[in-house]
Order: sequence, then structure tokens, then C-alpha cells
Amino acid sequence: MSETLLRFVVVPVAQIAVVIAALLLIVVYLVLLERKINAFMQVRLGPRRVGWHGLLQTVADVIKLFTKEDITPRHVDRLVFLLAPVVIILPALAAFAVIPFSGGSFRVGSVGVRAWISDVNVGLLYLLAITSLGVFGVVMAGWSSNSKYPMLGGLRSAAQMVSYEVPLGLSVVSILMLAGTASLVGIVQAQESAGRWFLFWTPYPQILGLFLYFVSGVAETNRLPFDLPEAENELVAGFHTEYSGMKFAFFFLAEYINMVLVGCLVAVLFFGGWLPVTFGIPGLREPLSNFFPFWGGAGAMLTGFFWFGLKVFLVLFLYLWMRATYPRYRYDQLMRLGWKVFIPLGLGHVMVTALAILVRRG
Amino acid sequence: MDDVDNKTPIPPPKKADPVEEALRAPAPSRALDRLGEALGDAIEDVAYHCGVPIVRVGRDRIVEVARFLKEDSGSRMLLLADLCGVDMIGLRGAPRFDVVYHLTGPDTRERITLKVAVEEGGEVPSVTPVWRGANWHEREAFDMFGIRFAGHPDLRRILMPEEFDAHPLRKDFPLEGREKDHGFWRRPEDETRNTYRD
Amino acid sequence: MFGTTEMQINMGPQHPSTHGVLRLELKLDGERIVDTRPVIGYLHRGCEKLGEDRTYAQAIVYTDRMDYCAAFAENLVYAEAVERLLGVEVPPRAQYMRVVLAELQRIASHLIWLGTHAMDIGALTVFVYGMREREFILDLFESYCGARLTYNAVRVGGMPEEFPEGWVEEARRFCDVLPSRLDEYHQLLTANRIWLARTRGVGTIDGKTALDWGMTGPCLRGSGVAYDVRKAIPYEAYADLDFDVPIGEAGDTYDRYLCRMEEIRQSRRIVLQALDKLPGGEIRGKVPRRIKPPKGEVYHVNEGPRGELGVYLVSDGSEHAYRCRFRSPNFVNLQALPDMVRGHLVADVVAVIGTLDIVLGCVDR
Repeated sequence: MSETLLRFVVVPVAQIAVVIAALLLIVVYLVLLERKINAFMQVRLGPRRVGWHGLLQTVADVIKLFTKEDITPRHVDRLVFLLAPVVIILPALAAFAVIPFSGGSFRVGSVGVRAWISDVNVGLLYLLAITSLGVFGVVMAGWSSNSKYPMLGGLRSAAQMVSYEVPLGLSVVSILMLAGTASLVGIVQAQESAGRWFLFWTPYPQILGLFLYFVSGVAETNRLPFDLPEAENELVAGFHTEYSGMKFAFFFLAEYINMVLVGCLVAVLFFGGWLPVTFGIPGLREPLSNFFPFWGGAGAMLTGFFWFGLKVFLVLFLYLWMRATYPRYRYDQLMRLGWKVFIPLGLGHVMVTALAILVRRG
Repeated sequence: MDDVDNKTPIPPPKKADPVEEALRAPAPSRALDRLGEALGDAIEDVAYHCGVPIVRVGRDRIVEVARFLKEDSGSRMLLLADLCGVDMIGLRGAPRFDVVYHLTGPDTRERITLKVAVEEGGEVPSVTPVWRGANWHEREAFDMFGIRFAGHPDLRRILMPEEFDAHPLRKDFPLEGREKDHGFWRRPEDETRNTYRD
Repeated sequence: MFGTTEMQINMGPQHPSTHGVLRLELKLDGERIVDTRPVIGYLHRGCEKLGEDRTYAQAIVYTDRMDYCAAFAENLVYAEAVERLLGVEVPPRAQYMRVVLAELQRIASHLIWLGTHAMDIGALTVFVYGMREREFILDLFESYCGARLTYNAVRVGGMPEEFPEGWVEEARRFCDVLPSRLDEYHQLLTANRIWLARTRGVGTIDGKTALDWGMTGPCLRGSGVAYDVRKAIPYEAYADLDFDVPIGEAGDTYDRYLCRMEEIRQSRRIVLQALDKLPGGEIRGKVPRRIKPPKGEVYHVNEGPRGELGVYLVSDGSEHAYRCRFRSPNFVNLQALPDMVRGHLVADVVAVIGTLDIVLGCVDR
């Protein structure tokens, strides 16, 4: 096998396959985790019947969705209706192409394998661009269903996702300024060389940035308390009311993948990606960044997965916690919050960050 | 009834039952006094039962009486607790229906009942201008008894389907419905219709 | 070409948050409500007609099926109406037992309201918490009469049975637990910014208009009118018990929420007092085996969890009621819905339906 083939075809394809497989598995268990955590917060037990403590519950659900009869209602706009689930899930998956899951590397033959599919130097821009494509799927689904509740849901989500894109972008801008690069790998490395996460960056910790990013991310992914597009108590199921079976599963999948994506980005942008949690103690850094020193780069990669996964899990836990706690905003209140609070806050945040950078340079 | 074949002797007139006496005892009512002073000519009859005055009012005076009871500072019957029809066919024959208004004064803590008699097919003036809440009650009375209310803003059936052609709380409507009401909602096209899919 | 039109949208009868089979024809301008037309009757079973066909004692069973979230209150008002028609006195012990059960029922019903109302607005957890406490009450009812939902636990002239052994202690135990649980709900909702944003100023109705619509119960008291049948025209043992009637000021969804929450607390107070004062003696009054009230009529009301429950009975001297009319507070309160949601958004319709606390079984009878 030629090295070129290995470097440009085999390794990337294998990486993509691993990422997608891992994502699907994570989503399946994220759903279970959500049900279990909600159950725990609501003094219930959650699913327990399928498998040990319900571990196979979502697997069974997936099988059910796969084998369900695929119904296309007669009154829909067929082409757009069929296209919508695809349009919504592709950007969600494609976004993971630039996420650095871990540091370290190992060699297969002469080719070095890293824990990211590609390191694009405009990674952040790519992410912002590709994730905002997701809204098309929602609007298409709402519109093509040719039914009133989905249409209201589609319109709501179009407005919501477009408005929350702005504060999301603004909080990312300050990270860009701090890191001086748009490459996600570069951002993590900048935090590594700075010796602290951007969340604790001095003199202006990016706590407000994290808050803006996280809340906008929740709004982007249509989760409680911002789940208006699919507010089941008002709009039955929102934009995917008319979908069933596999097509519905795509929407469901996309929502959870997007949740994971927000988790990954929060980890990369604010929590230093795969960097270990050292509590600022310098001596801890070496042993904590590689649990398996005898495996060299591969050990560092595995350790990085652990830290990265932990951070993502914490973000996702927050998601689920919020879901069990908060009521839902109303549409106009959501818009007001986005435009009148978050965007000004985001702009102010960018300015303060810029000033802080000036101060730091002296 | 045929009197010739009637073998049972006519029962002697019943002695007044003390309990019944007590039930029918008149009770003081400020609202009724005020009404008597102001609109005494509208009152056709007053009876008492369980301590509540039951006032029979002329059909065309009901709105006037209702408005007086609501707006008069002495009675203040602000709450129209209930409005319903009664099919009187088994109790007195004609006129067939009574419309019964139960009024409550939330701050005077008094109740009063008004009654209006109406024959089949007759109309009663609507009290919706006095209490907005009479709207659905009157629709229900129309639905259940076929009593029409003149001046009602939206007199449609409320509980029964709109294409229903009888008034089910009338005494001549059988409890289990008529033969043709069974399977009322089934339509011939339901048998062959296959919805949702091509 | 670029003109806008109003959108007609049908909410229900199969919709997750219309609390049963209510159908609303909404006319929308964007998401703003121009007009609402409630369509009811999907659950009409003819309870009134059945009440005329069955004897007085048999008809109590049908009252269970009307307001199935507060079946005891319906049982009670019907039995009381027949008692007044008969001129029967209920022994004091039975009166106190009735108060205890009626107030427990009110708490259970308010907990259902809290859960569903909060869930409609998106707070999922409160629903489960409310159900947890309601379960306790259902267990109490189950051990008293064997049923958890449709109790049929009142007889004309008294109560069917004594409280079983240990029941009173269990009820006290529930009253001990309740305040801390109420604090939990308050923590989750009362000061929650989103909850405030969703309920303040939504579905506002002033006291005068509410009375005009004939609204009663917490919906009326939330608008500042202190009309509670338990205080205004006391029945059973309520005259001897000490409790407050909470009233709101603004008449919006939030005030009605606070009113009901406080009512739960007051009901607990009543239950504890009634258990303390529970007298001994008979639980059944002197009622003939065949209930044949003298000719006459009665309109009797009591304070159900949702408002003034009324029964109008006309007797022709036979064993069956000549006319049996149920005045449903839900039916009357629902009338005001179009008024309360006009100009609001679709999401507020859900909040207002929740705050009216309707049970469709009682609306349609």
C-alpha cells in the first residue's frame, strides 16, 4: 500500500467511520442518560426493563424506529419533505470533522495518526458556517409538511436559530482574539502554552463568554428552556409533527448530535479541550496528561479522550439538569432575550476582551 | 285515566308533614323585599323551598328583573350561578318548560331563584346583556330542551353535535336514544376511507 | 399580493395540553390570537338524563364520573342536595369526616392542577413531584373506600363507613409531610424568572368581569373577590373551623397560582383541625330505606376545588329526581377563555387553559 493512499484515504476514512460510530453510540446512551438523570431528579427509576437497569432501552427504541413503517403523508411536498431530515443531519455530522478530540499521536506505518479528522486553519469559521445550515432542514421540514403546527414550529425555529447565531458568534470572536488562530487545534494549543484554560484567562476570565456560548448553544439546539420549535405542549411536536419512523429518528439524532457538538465546543473553546484538570498545580500536569506513559503518544491520546469526554459530559449533564428544572420561555420573550440582552452583552464582552488583551500586552 | 275501573279508594288528604312544612317555610330575603318594592308587578308568585325564595316572573319582564337584582345596591345578585331548563310536562302540563335562574349575591350571601314559564317553541328574552356568563347556559338549555332565547348572540348547540335533530333532556326523549341515534358518528364513507397514505 | 391573512388553527380535541377533549378554534395573526372559539361536548355522557332515570342513591355513582379529579366533592354536593330535599340532619361525626375527605380531595386536585399546569409551561419535574404527594392522598382514599379515583364514598344522610384503623394517623402523617413538599414546589417555581415571565400578566381578568362570566373558585379569588362558599354559606362543619381564604390582586395566572398554592396550605390546616375535633357517635343519619323526598326543589352548592359545584334537584315525590341538573364550575369558567387569551400568543393559551384548571368530564357532564 502506498503511503499516499494510506495518508489520504485509509486513515481519514477509518477516522470518519470511528467518529460516526462513536457518535451514534454516544447519542444512544445520551438518550438513556437523559432519561436516567431526569428520573433521578424526579424521584423515579427511569427505564429498567430492557437489559440490566434498562441499558438496552434505547437500543430497542432505535430498532423500533428502524423497523417502523415509513409513512409519507399524502399532503406533503414530497421532495422537500424527504430532503429535510438529510439536510438537518449532514451539517450536524460534518461539524465533527474539525473537532480535536484529543492530543497525542501514534504511527501506522509511516503515517502519524492524530485524534482529529482534519485540522483546518479556518476551523471555527467552518463550524459557524456549517452548523447554521441546520436551520434549513428545520424550515424545510416545517414548510413541506404542509400543515399548520409544523409550519409554526419551523418559523419559530428559523427566527430562533438565526437570532442566537449572533451571540454565539460574538462569544467565539473573543476566543479567536485570545488564541490568535481559528484552528481548533490551535486554540487548544494556545491554552496549553498559556498554561491555563481560556475560561480562567487573566485579566479577564471568559466566564461571560462561556455563559453566552452555552445559553446560545442551548437555544441553537432547541432544548429546554428554549425548545419552542418543538414545544410539545403548544405545537404538538413542532416541525417534525408529520414525521415518523426513520425520518423522525434523523431529527432526533440531529438534535442529540448537536448537543454533543455544543459540549465538544465548550470543552475546546473554554475548558482547554483534552488538557488535564490540574487545579493550577504545576506538578500534576505531567502525570495527568498521560496515564499510560509506556504507550507513548497513544497513551497520551487515550488520556486526552478521558479528559475531553469528562468535560463534554459535564456540559451535557448541565443540559439535562436544565431540562429537569426550568419551564419554557415564550416565543416573544426568547426573541427579546436574544436581541436585547444577549447581543449587547456579547458585543460588550468582545470589547472588554479586546481591552484586556491590550492591558496584558502593556 | 278511566275513573270507572278505579278500584282503589281515593286516599284521604294527607296531613301536613312537619319536615315538609319546615322545608317550605318562608325565609327572610332582602333581595326579594327590594324586588317587591321596585318591580312588584313583575312577580307572579313566590314560594320557598329549603330557605330560598323561588320567584316566578313574567316572561317579558325577566331581563328587567334580572338587571334590577344585579344592579340594585340592596340585592347585588352579581353572580348568575346557574341557568337551566326544566321540562314540566310531567308536573303541570302547559306551559311545557320552565327556565330557572339561580342567583347568588357573593357579598350579601343570599340566594334567590327566578323562574320563567315558556311553552314549546316559545322564546325567552336572553339575560346575556345582564350576565355574560348566561351565554353558554342558554345555549345548553336550547340544546337540551329546544328553548329559544331572544337576543342571544350565538344560539347554537353546545354539547350535542350540530346536526343532531332532537333535544335529549326532554321527557319524551328515551334514555338510551332513538334507534337512529345509535352509531350517530358513523358515516357511510368511513367504511371505505383510507386516510393518510396514497 | 403582500397582504396578510389570519390563520385558522385547530387546537384539540387531540392535543397534548388541552386537558382532555377540548377543541379550540383559534384565529391567529402571526402567533397572536385574534379570536378563540371553544368547542365542547366530546365527553357528553348525559349525566343529567341518567340522574333522572336512577334513584337518588344510585345517581351518586354518576357524579364520580363528572369531575374525575375531584370525585369526592361531586359525591358530597349531590348527597347534601338530597339531604336538604329530605330535610335530614347529618350526624356531626359524619360532617367532620366529610370535611376531612373533601379537603384532602381539594389538595389532591390542586396537586394535579399544579403538575399539569407546570408541565404545560415546560417544567417537567413539578408534575412528578405533585404526583408523588397526590399518591399519598389516593392511598388514603383507597384505604377508606377501596377506590382511588371514583370514590362513591358518601351516602345520603352520612358516610358509608368509619375511618379504618390507623387512618387518622396516616392522614396526620401526610399533613406533616406536606409543608416541606410545598416549599419544594415554591422553590422550583415561585421565584423562577421564566415562570414569572410566563404567568405574570397572562390571562388577566378583573374581579368584576370574572363575576360577570360567573367564574367561581380560585379563578375568581385570584381576581380579588373573596367569595368562597365555605365561608359565605357554610355547609357541613366548616362554620366551626378556622381557615383563611387567600385572594389575589392582579387576577393573572400568577395570582391564581399563588392562590391555589395557599389553598393547599389552608386545606391542610382544615384537615388537621377537623381531625382534632373529630367527634364520636353515629355516622349515618335517619334516612328511610327508600329515599322519596317530598315534592319540591333545591339548588345546593358547595366549594369544589375548581369552584362552585351546584346541584339542582326537582322532586316530584317519587324515588327518582324529576330534574337533576349539575352546575359545573369548569363549564362556566371555560366560557371566559376567549376573553382571557385575546391578544396573547399561542403559548399563553396553554397557560390559560392550565390556570382555569378544567376537567372535561365536568365541562361536558
